[in-house]
Amino acid sequence: MADTALKADTALKQDPGTLAVGLLAADPAPGSTPGPTAQEIAAIREDFPVLHRTVGGHRLVYLDSAATSQRPRSVLDAETAYSTGCNAAVHRGAHTLAEEATDAYEAARSAAAAFVGLGPDQIVWTRNATEALNLVAGVLSDPLTAQDPHAAPLALRPGDEVVVTEMEHHANLVPWQRACARSGARLRWLPLTDDGRLDLTRLEEIVTPATRVLSFAHVSNVLGTINPVDVLVARARQVGALVVLDACQSVPHLPVDLSALDVDLAVFSAHKMLGPTGLGVLAGKAEILQALPPFLTGGSMVSTVTMETATFQDPPQRFEAGTPPVSQTVALHAAVDYLTALGMDRVAAHDRTLTARALAGLRDLPGIRVLGPVQAVDRVGAVSVVVDGVHPHDVGQVLDASGIAVRVGHHCAQPVHRRYGATASTRASLYVYSTPDEVDAFLDALSGVRAYFKKA
Amino acid sequence: MSLDQLYQQVILDHDRERHGCGLRPAPEGTADAESHQVNPLCGDQVTLRVAVRQTPDGPVVQDVSWAGEGCSISQASLSVLYDLVVGRPVPEAEELLGAFRTMIRSRGTVEPDEEVLGDAVAFVGVSRHANRVKCAMLGWAAFEDALHRADAGPVPATAAPVPLTAVPVPVTADPVPATADRGEDR
Repeated sequence: MADTALKADTALKQDPGTLAVGLLAADPAPGSTPGPTAQEIAAIREDFPVLHRTVGGHRLVYLDSAATSQRPRSVLDAETAYSTGCNAAVHRGAHTLAEEATDAYEAARSAAAAFVGLGPDQIVWTRNATEALNLVAGVLSDPLTAQDPHAAPLALRPGDEVVVTEMEHHANLVPWQRACARSGARLRWLPLTDDGRLDLTRLEEIVTPATRVLSFAHVSNVLGTINPVDVLVARARQVGALVVLDACQSVPHLPVDLSALDVDLAVFSAHKMLGPTGLGVLAGKAEILQALPPFLTGGSMVSTVTMETATFQDPPQRFEAGTPPVSQTVALHAAVDYLTALGMDRVAAHDRTLTARALAGLRDLPGIRVLGPVQAVDRVGAVSVVVDGVHPHDVGQVLDASGIAVRVGHHCAQPVHRRYGATASTRASLYVYSTPDEVDAFLDALSGVRAYFKKA
Repeated sequence: MSLDQLYQQVILDHDRERHGCGLRPAPEGTADAESHQVNPLCGDQVTLRVAVRQTPDGPVVQDVSWAGEGCSISQASLSVLYDLVVGRPVPEAEELLGAFRTMIRSRGTVEPDEEVLGDAVAFVGVSRHANRVKCAMLGWAAFEDALHRADAGPVPATAAPVPLTAVPVPVTADPVPATADRGEDR
C-alpha cells in the first residue's frame, strides 16, 4: 500500500525553487516554506472525488475539515484494494491472507509512527481519539492501577490534581471529570485570555506539585489557537506531572514531532487527516505505555489466560482488545503517505495563507466577531465567528444555500463558547484542498447573512 | 428547496417580534407549571411557563410566557405558539400540538391543514431539514411538558400552590433524527 501512486505527486516533487510563488504564498510567515501554488492546489483537488459534486446546484465549498476531512482517491483505493485483495484477521492464522493483513496493519502502524516522530511500538490503534483519551483517563483512575506495582506512581488518588484548559473539546474534559470523580482527584483548568490564548500568568499557581496530569489541546478546535507545548511541558516536568496532548487538530495541519515535543501521551484522529472514520491513535513514550495496565480487555491483548486470571501482552497489543479496524489502518497509511508527499511544512504554509486571508476579510465585515486570535500567528485555519443577531444554525443554513459547508453549534466545546459569551458559533475550517476562492465565497455569503435576517 | 421556502416571511417576522417573550407570573386563579428544555445539538434553551384556568366548560390555556435563546426557527416557533394557544381550551391546544408535530416530523410528506395550524403552517419547510426539526419543536416540547403538569394540578383556592419551577427535563419528545448532527465526534 505504501507505494500507492499519488496523482499530485509529480507536481509536488518539483524543486521548490522552480515553483512560481503564486497568490497562495502571499502571506507566509517569515522564513517559512512557501505553500503550494494555485496550480498545485488545482492538482490536489483533482485527487478528491467529493469536491466535484454540487450542493443545491452550487459547486461544493467544503469548509468543515476540522470536523472531518475529505479523502483522496489514493486513500479510498487503498482501503478498497485491501478489502478486495486481502481482508483477514491480524496477528493470528497461518494462511497467506492473514500474514498479508498483519503486514499491512503493522506497516500502517510504522507509517503513522514515523509521521509523528515515534517508533511503531509507541502507536496504539483505538476506535477514535475520544476512546484514546478515555483509555488514559480510565486507566489512571482505575483502582487496580493504584495496586499495580509498575503503574502505581501514575495512579490518581484523593488530593491529586488534574489540570486541563478552558478551551478543551469535551473529549479532553469529560473523561477527566469522570476520572476525578472515580479517584477523588480534583480537576483544575488554565483560563483563557480575551484574545483566545491560554492565560499562563497563573501557570505556577495552577500546575503545582499536586498536579499528576496536565492534559491539553495542542490546537483548539474552536479558536484555532496553537498552544505553547514547550512552556506547558517545562512546567509539568518541574512538578512531575504526566503530559497528555490532544493533537487532533495539530497533526493534520502542522508538522508534529511528538518525540521533540517530549509529551508523555498524545492522541489524534484518522478522519481529520484525510483518513477514514473509525480509527484513532494513542501515542506515547514507551516506558509510559509499558507501565500502564490495560483498559479494554478480552482477546488479542492477553498472553496467558486461566479461569482465574490473565497476563497481558506488551504495548501496543495490550491496549488493542478485540478485532481492530484493519482496513482503516491501511487507509490511514495512504493518508499519511499523501500528506508526507505534500510536505507538512507546505500544508501548514497553505493553512496560514488562507487563514490570514479569512481573518483579513472578516475584519471588514460589520457585525461579525471572531472567536480566537485575529492574526494568523500561532493559529490554524479553524475560524469560528459569531454573527451579531443571527444564530449559527441560521448562518449555516444560508451558507448551505450557496453550497458552502461550515460547522455550526458548539463544536463539542461548550465551556470555551461560554467563556466568550456565546452559546454556539459558525466555524469555517480549511485544509490542503481549500482555495482562496472558497475563502472569498465564505466571506461573501457571510456578508449577506445579517441583511437576510434584517439584522443589518 | 430555496432558502425563502424555509424562512417564510411569517418566520422572519415572528423571529423579530417574539410574542410572549419574557417570563411573567401566572394570573391569579390559575394553575401553572414551567418547563426547561435544551437542544443538545447547539445548546439552545427555553424556559416556558403555562397557566391553565379551570372554567365551567373545561380547562383553558390562560397564559404562556417564555424566555430563551435560539435560532430564528426556534424563536419564531415560540412566538407563533404563543399566538395560537393563549385563550384556547386545553384539548384544542393539544390537538394543535399534535398537528404541528406531525407536520414537522413528516419529512415533507404531509400537506399541512391551515385551518388547524394557522400561522404555524409557515414551518412546513422545516420538515425537509432533519437537523432543524429540534429547533422548531423546542418550544412546543416545553409547552407540552408544562401544560400537562399545569393541567394535572388545578388549584382550589385553599390548596397549596403548584411549585413554580418544575425539575428540568431533557427534550425527550423528539429524539435526534438519524441525520442530525450530534457533535464533533472524533
